Amino acid sequence: MSFSDISQKLTIAMPKGRIFEEAVHFLQQAGLQVTAELQDSRKLVIPVENARLEFILAKPTDVPTYVEYGVADVGVVGKDVLLEEERDVYELLDLQIGYCRMMVAGMPDWKPTDAPRVATKYPKIASRYFREQGQQVEVIKLNGSVELAPMIGLADRIVDIVSTGRTLKENGLVELEHICEITTRLIANRASYRMKSEAVDDIASKFLEVIPKRS
Amino acid sequence: MAKPLGFEKPLGMRDILPDSLAKQRHLERSLRQCIERWGYEEISTPSLEYYDTVGAASATLTDRMFRLLDKQGHTVVLRPDMTAPIARVVSSLYKDVPLPLRLFYQANVFRAQEKEAGRNAEFFQTGIELIGDASVDADAEAIALAVFCLRAVGVETFRIAIGHVDFVDGLLEEWFEDESIRNQFRQYLVERDFVGFRQLLSTLDIDPAAKERLEALLRLRGGKGKIDEARSLTENGKARRAVETIASLWEALEAYGVTDDLLLDFNLIINLNYYTGVVFEGYAADLGSPLLGGGRYDHLLAQFGRPAHATGFAIKMDRLLLVTPVMDGPPATRILLCYTEDQRTEALAEAQLLREDGLVVVTRLVKNQAEAATFQGEAYSKVICLTKQEE
Repeated sequence: MSFSDISQKLTIAMPKGRIFEEAVHFLQQAGLQVTAELQDSRKLVIPVENARLEFILAKPTDVPTYVEYGVADVGVVGKDVLLEEERDVYELLDLQIGYCRMMVAGMPDWKPTDAPRVATKYPKIASRYFREQGQQVEVIKLNGSVELAPMIGLADRIVDIVSTGRTLKENGLVELEHICEITTRLIANRASYRMKSEAVDDIASKFLEVIPKRS
Repeated sequence: MAKPLGFEKPLGMRDILPDSLAKQRHLERSLRQCIERWGYEEISTPSLEYYDTVGAASATLTDRMFRLLDKQGHTVVLRPDMTAPIARVVSSLYKDVPLPLRLFYQANVFRAQEKEAGRNAEFFQTGIELIGDASVDADAEAIALAVFCLRAVGVETFRIAIGHVDFVDGLLEEWFEDESIRNQFRQYLVERDFVGFRQLLSTLDIDPAAKERLEALLRLRGGKGKIDEARSLTENGKARRAVETIASLWEALEAYGVTDDLLLDFNLIINLNYYTGVVFEGYAADLGSPLLGGGRYDHLLAQFGRPAHATGFAIKMDRLLLVTPVMDGPPATRILLCYTEDQRTEALAEAQLLREDGLVVVTRLVKNQAEAATFQGEAYSKVICLTKQEE
C-alpha cells in the first residue's frame, strides 16, 4: 500500500517542431540522458534504459492533452499552446527557451475595417484578446501558413507567434499589436505531481539549475 | 442541431452494460460495507433541485449545471453534487435531529461538459458527510475513512494530498493588504499555474525575504517534516493556526495508522470560496485525474438556516473502476432448462427448486430435445431438457 515502492518512472512528452532542438539541448544541459534516437528517429515512444525515463514525441498542441490525461507525467510545451488548449495541468516552470511573441500582424497600410476578419492558428487566444480590447472581429481558424491570409484577402489581420519576424517581413506584413510573450514551460499531470512527487521534483530542480538567468 | 440518430445520447451521457455495472455494484457494496461500519447512514435525495437553493449553494459552477424549467416556471437543476442537497435535508427534515450526523450516499450527479464528448456528464459517486463536528478528529475521520475505502476495494497504490485553505490565505495576508493581489495569487494556485504565480511575485515591490517565503510555498509538499517548514514560513496568526491544525491532524492520522498513504501539500487549493479548512484530494497510480476530493465546508449549512461545521468527501466511481482489480469470484453456475410445452409445469417447478439452491436458471421453450441440444456450450454451464420422450 505504501507509496515508497512505486516505481517512479517518468514519462516526458516532448513537442516535435519549432522548439524541439532547443528543448533537447535543454534536457542535455540538465543532465538527462538523451539518446541519439530522440533526435533522429521516427519512433514516437523512446525509453531511456537505466534512467527510469521515457519520452513521447508528440505534436506540440497535443502535449498538454497527453499530460492532462496522465499518459505522460510531465511535458515540455510552449505557453502559446497552453493558452490555446486550456488544459488542466500544473504549469511548474518557465524554461525561458523557445522565446517568441504572440502578435497581431497585418499589411503595413492596414486600416480598421467595418467587418474585420482575423486569421489564426490560435482562435481562442485571438478571440479572447480582441474581446478584451473591446473589438468585434470574426476569427477564422487556419492550420498553417497564416501569413497567406492577408495577402490573398481572406482576412485583414492575423494573430500568430513571431520569433525573428523574418516570415512576416518576407510576406510584406508588419507587427501591429503585441499580445504577450511566449516561452517554453514544464507542465505536470495533476496526479503525477502527487503520486510521483519525488521524480517530478527531481526533474524540476534539475531544470531550475539550467534556466538561464535573464536580466 | 441536426436531428440525432436513433442510437445517439445527449453529450456526456452513457449506458453502462452488464459487465461494467456488475463491477461497479460490487465496488459500491464493498464501499457501503466499509462506510456503514463507521456508523454512517445512507441517504437519498431527489435528482432535481431548485437552482436558487441547492444550485446556488453548490460548489459547482453555474455554467456546469444542467438547468431546466419545471411546470411552475422555476429554474431547477440536475443535482451537481450531493453535499448541498444533504445540507438542505439536515437543515429542514432533520433540523431537530441532534448533531453530529454521519450520512453517506451512492448516487449519480450531473455536470455539463464542454470539451471532448467522451467525458461523462453524469457520474456516480460514493461519499460521506460528517456534519456538526468542528474538531480535528472529524477531519481525521474523513481522511482515514477515505483511506480505508480505497483499501477496501483493493486500490493498490494511492496517495491522499492534504492542505488547509487558511495557510495560503494567511501567508498572503501577511504580505499583501490589497485583496485583489491576494486573489490573483489564489487564482494562479487554483489554475495550478506556478509560472504565473512566480511572475506576479517578481513584479511586486516587496521584501526579498517575503518573496523567498512565498516562492517556498510552491515546494511545500511532502511528509511530516513539512509541518515545521510551514511553521517557519509565516508569523501570520491565521496561517500559524492552520499549521497547528495540520500538525494535530497528522497526529490523529498517525493514530489511525494511515500516514503512509498521505502527502502534505500546503499549496493545495481545490475550490475557491467553498472549503473553509482542511482539504484533501486522492490520487491513484496510473490514473491521470483525482479519484476523490473533500474537505471542511463550515459555511454551507448556514445557507440553509442551520449553521454547522461539516466535512466530507466524494469518490468518483468511474475513476475508481479504472484502478481496482477485476473481481475474480467463481462464476455463478448458469443452467439452461429447456422444456417442451407439455412439460411446462414440471420444468418451471424444477427451475424454482434449483434457484432456491442458489443456482442461476434460465428457462426456454423448445420444440424437441434436438433443439435444446443446439444451445449446448453457449453461455451456460449445463443444459437440461425436459420432454415427454424422456419419461
